[in-house]
Amino acid sequence: MGRPLGMATRQAYGKALVEAGKLYPNVVVLDGDLSKSTMTADFAKAFPDRFINVGIAEANMVGIAAGLATTGKIPFASSFACFLMCKGYDQLRLAVTYAENNVKIVVSHGGISIGEDGVSQMSVEDVALACALPKMVVMVPSDEHCTRQAVLAAAAHEGPTFIRTGRPKAPLVYSAPPADFRIGKAIQVRDGSDVTIIANGLMVAAALDAADILQQRGVGARVLDMHTVKPIDEEAVCRAAYETRAIVVAEEHLSYGGLGGVVAQAAARLRPTRMEFVAIDDTYAESGDMDGLMEKYGLTAKDIVAAAERALAPAKAHPAAVTA
Amino acid sequence: MAQFGPAQTVPELEQTAKQLRRHVVRMVFEAGSGHPGGSLSAADVVAALYFRVMKHDPASPTWPDRDRFIMSKGHAVPIVYAAMAEAGYFPVSELTTLRKLNSRLQGHPSAKDLPGIEASTGSLGQGLSIGLGMALGLRMDGRSSTVYVMLGDGEIEEGQVWEAAMAAAHYKADNLVAILDRNRFQLDGPTAEIMEVEPVVDKWRAFGWRVLDIDGHAMQQVVHALEVARERTGRPTVIVAHTIKGKGVSYMENNNAFHGKAPTREELERALQELA
Repeated sequence: MGRPLGMATRQAYGKALVEAGKLYPNVVVLDGDLSKSTMTADFAKAFPDRFINVGIAEANMVGIAAGLATTGKIPFASSFACFLMCKGYDQLRLAVTYAENNVKIVVSHGGISIGEDGVSQMSVEDVALACALPKMVVMVPSDEHCTRQAVLAAAAHEGPTFIRTGRPKAPLVYSAPPADFRIGKAIQVRDGSDVTIIANGLMVAAALDAADILQQRGVGARVLDMHTVKPIDEEAVCRAAYETRAIVVAEEHLSYGGLGGVVAQAAARLRPTRMEFVAIDDTYAESGDMDGLMEKYGLTAKDIVAAAERALAPAKAHPAAVTA
Repeated sequence: MAQFGPAQTVPELEQTAKQLRRHVVRMVFEAGSGHPGGSLSAADVVAALYFRVMKHDPASPTWPDRDRFIMSKGHAVPIVYAAMAEAGYFPVSELTTLRKLNSRLQGHPSAKDLPGIEASTGSLGQGLSIGLGMALGLRMDGRSSTVYVMLGDGEIEEGQVWEAAMAAAHYKADNLVAILDRNRFQLDGPTAEIMEVEPVVDKWRAFGWRVLDIDGHAMQQVVHALEVARERTGRPTVIVAHTIKGKGVSYMENNNAFHGKAPTREELERALQELA
């Protein structure tokens, strides 16, 4: 819709990584023969002595990153989300999170917006996998500015950290790097009193578009950029549940195990409320153009609007009560 | 070079190895479970590393210039705990807490729980990659430390080992030394029957490694190989240590029933007599 496109979050990662490399002489970067796609090639050019291309070997890459961390390095390891998380998971579990090594995992090509390459390259489960690793901080930044802040925050944070970036150019949510970016603190990018849309990644821009549409229909939507999935900002979820009448969670991920589940768990414990979810519904996607895919799999502003309207509709009788 | 204690002579190391073996059978008996077979086959190499070859300081386990040892076949961790206790990382009395609730001596090595354990292992195939990362990090910082990684011969069936082997040669990680504990058994039986790993020497050579082929129970050979492996030759080194699973306890030797089983009280007594 109307929001101007910025650079892809993976491109923003490449640039932020060079910044981090200047700030921290102990930042080293690993890639698995995808540096021109994950954009770690920028770092490789700037700091060739601190870049390790491990070839096509994700499990080995994660192990090497863990070993580097034990010598005081801050390793950033990157590949496509599906390859790194699936082929490197055993290593993430034992060598990184169990040992609490200070490794940064930054994946690209998250979600289905990668388009034409299709299912084998699309990751719809990486956030769930990352969240299932104890002590792992999990971030899904929305645009180039948010990504820069996430990468620098990850470098400064002591402990395992995961960041998901995407392939396509991302609509701008911010006009400059948000100064109030903190790991674990949602950023309210729009206020409203009827419904709260909690989103991350590309879906933040879609949520802002949805809020515009809802506004025209007389519904005020608050939009939270929930860039950190873990640890979740419970206070922001709680306030949304108190101050607005319903919550819609939108993410470019399977509906199981992602942001929706995490937000629902927080809300269920602190302040149960009406909720709806915009996510991929228990399926893989397919090849196609990005816009067509986002529409077919229900990840557009229109889908968020419909979810908000369902959430705000008067509660229906329980189906069991109807049949009784 | 700071080195813990005086470097032991070969006869002293032989006695130390025997002492470590006694700890292993006692610990595993007390725990009621564990892996004596692969711990006993590794005992001579581990004794030589901790009491002669490695520069390390039990009083300062995070000393940046220390050498590193990773037990990649993590189930053999009792022999590492035994060596660490004897070296002074923690009291020998703590060995009997192995595998018990609230112990630092986890069933497989946990780096966050016990200072001196360099890597958390136990899912086979991971240690060489971690060791390579250490070797590269140490080299970037200009440190002279050597990283030793012990692999099981069944373990090298894992693909990740060969990813790491290829990368270590590519990056000329000559401060990385792998030791293959070639005891010829894996959990389900002889490697020759379950999954043939031969020709192991040719495989490592083909991957660009310098190979030292030794009797892993001949202490003189063990010490010599571990010291020769420290030379910087532009290639990583693997020591293929031919060993006997269960070495030192007659009824455990080449008896795969003791891959992952604790001895009974009677068996323990007999083992301790044999290792006296």
